Amino acid sequence: MNIVEKILARGSGKSKVSPDDVIFANVDKVMMHDVSGPGVIKVFDKLKKQGISVDKLWDPTKVWVAEDHFVPSAEKVSAENIVKLSKFTKHYGIEKHFKYGMGQYGICHTISHEEAMVMPGDVYVGGDSHTNTTGALGAFACGLGHTDIAYVLLHGKIWFKVPETYYFKINGKLPDHVMAKDLILKIIGDIGTDGGNYRTMQFGGTGIDEMSVESRLTMCNMTTEAGAKNGIVEPDQKVVDYLSSRGATNFNLIKGDDDAEYEKLFEYESSELEPVVAKPFSPENITIVREAPSVELDKSYIGSCTGAKYEDLVAVAKILKGRKVKIRTEILPAAISIYQRAMENGLLKIFLDAGVTVGPPTCGACCGAHMGVLAKDEICISTTNRNFPGRMGHIESQTYLSSPMVAAASAVTGKITDPRDLQ
Amino acid sequence: MKGAIIKYAQDNIDTDVIIPGQYLKVHDYAELATHAMEGLDPDFHSKVKEGDFILSGKNFGCGSSREHAPIALSHSGIKAVLALSFARIFYRNSVDGAFLLPIEIDEDAYNEISEGDEIDIDISTNEIKNITKNKTYKMKPFSEIIGKIISAGGIFKYNPDQN
Repeated sequence: MNIVEKILARGSGKSKVSPDDVIFANVDKVMMHDVSGPGVIKVFDKLKKQGISVDKLWDPTKVWVAEDHFVPSAEKVSAENIVKLSKFTKHYGIEKHFKYGMGQYGICHTISHEEAMVMPGDVYVGGDSHTNTTGALGAFACGLGHTDIAYVLLHGKIWFKVPETYYFKINGKLPDHVMAKDLILKIIGDIGTDGGNYRTMQFGGTGIDEMSVESRLTMCNMTTEAGAKNGIVEPDQKVVDYLSSRGATNFNLIKGDDDAEYEKLFEYESSELEPVVAKPFSPENITIVREAPSVELDKSYIGSCTGAKYEDLVAVAKILKGRKVKIRTEILPAAISIYQRAMENGLLKIFLDAGVTVGPPTCGACCGAHMGVLAKDEICISTTNRNFPGRMGHIESQTYLSSPMVAAASAVTGKITDPRDLQ
Repeated sequence: MKGAIIKYAQDNIDTDVIIPGQYLKVHDYAELATHAMEGLDPDFHSKVKEGDFILSGKNFGCGSSREHAPIALSHSGIKAVLALSFARIFYRNSVDGAFLLPIEIDEDAYNEISEGDEIDIDISTNEIKNITKNKTYKMKPFSEIIGKIISAGGIFKYNPDQN
């Protein structure tokens, strides 16, 4: 069995599972946020009316909650959702609720690794499509809707069809100025936004071995944009060190067997990769940066679970150090812990000296909700994960998706720029 | 189950156009319905009728996990989406929440069924009848688990130990 089959076999109490088997897997961790949480509360209300008991959760210690999409609240509906969420967690005894304005909080997928909320080998589900992110820690991490999350909260298990696995073998270390985001965008460009639909996308090879845990998180985060059920990397010592430094103990490192089967093998040579962007209006609409259209950008956005981890901010600081931005540029560290490290290590000074506005962790403008959405006809380069019509604001705005380095270099020139070409 | 077709002849209709991100804070189902398909077809809300079906191409519902998407369509009156293929979370949200039926169709049905056609879907025989054009197509049968959850009326009414 491969790693996903082994995790799902363990989760469903079976000695073996194969692709297309339908199983009910016991869930080790479940997450919801200020969008899916109120959605779950609505499902609970419906169940109560149908006479189904929602008196207690299966295990409140396995549940954690993030406030990320609509914080800070821009208007009263969002504010009321946060109040609802707080009442819910208090009522059901959920202690791990990362609240805006009270120390550590941030984007749910970032909290998942910053706070070691998820461990290798876990079956982890979250009420958000980018739950795939956390598969980089060696967990089966999969996004679900409100009804399914409500089901997990009450029953502690959920059905899955065991996925087929696409294995992406990455050979060699990424060149300078080429980031994990470039690699995963290239892959999505090759297989398309439905290229991984219903499947696992597993990453391995020397290129992944060489990669930091945070780069692997970027890879798995974007598997959602290929439609994948989950993304995963087999856990190694780097994952153990990363999570240990965040307080985790007792590791169960599940890895695939030597004779594990994969539906298809894809191979990439890192040395052949270049910085790329995804043009509007699809993450599969890839072009290398040096051949990108010469458009006048209005904004550079460096934020989100995809592109505002600590390592992303370090890469941005390398580009912005001693330079000034030419267009409106916002950097929103994805969690307070990252914000704090950015302050302690002088990154915030580099950003502010360059003319950037640094904001609080939020999903805000990434999903076109608030905190810097785009006007009609505005063009943005962004470290986020999606660029569908209207994704970051007005339906006639445009978003180019890129790596943090490309977004920073483009902020300096006002045009889509390969960081290798900066003067 | 009979209804009329609203056709979007394109692939990759994503959840950001089915229900734009600014409405994610809304959890009132009737209000969500008023914004359904707003990112693609601002006239959708005025033209949709109770019992209508949407017909579309590949990868319908790609993007986010927002259950708002099937909710907004379902509370607009849409009973089924017929598409060449579906993104996984939209598909399971539609079924587990018992909002609407996601029906996988073939290229012939996709090409030949037009806007406004009256359609009869029979999930017991996996047949789609185009009443307007007097033609019949096969739909892809539901997998066993999906069929059982649909029959039960959603995941909460499905008992894995009894079924």
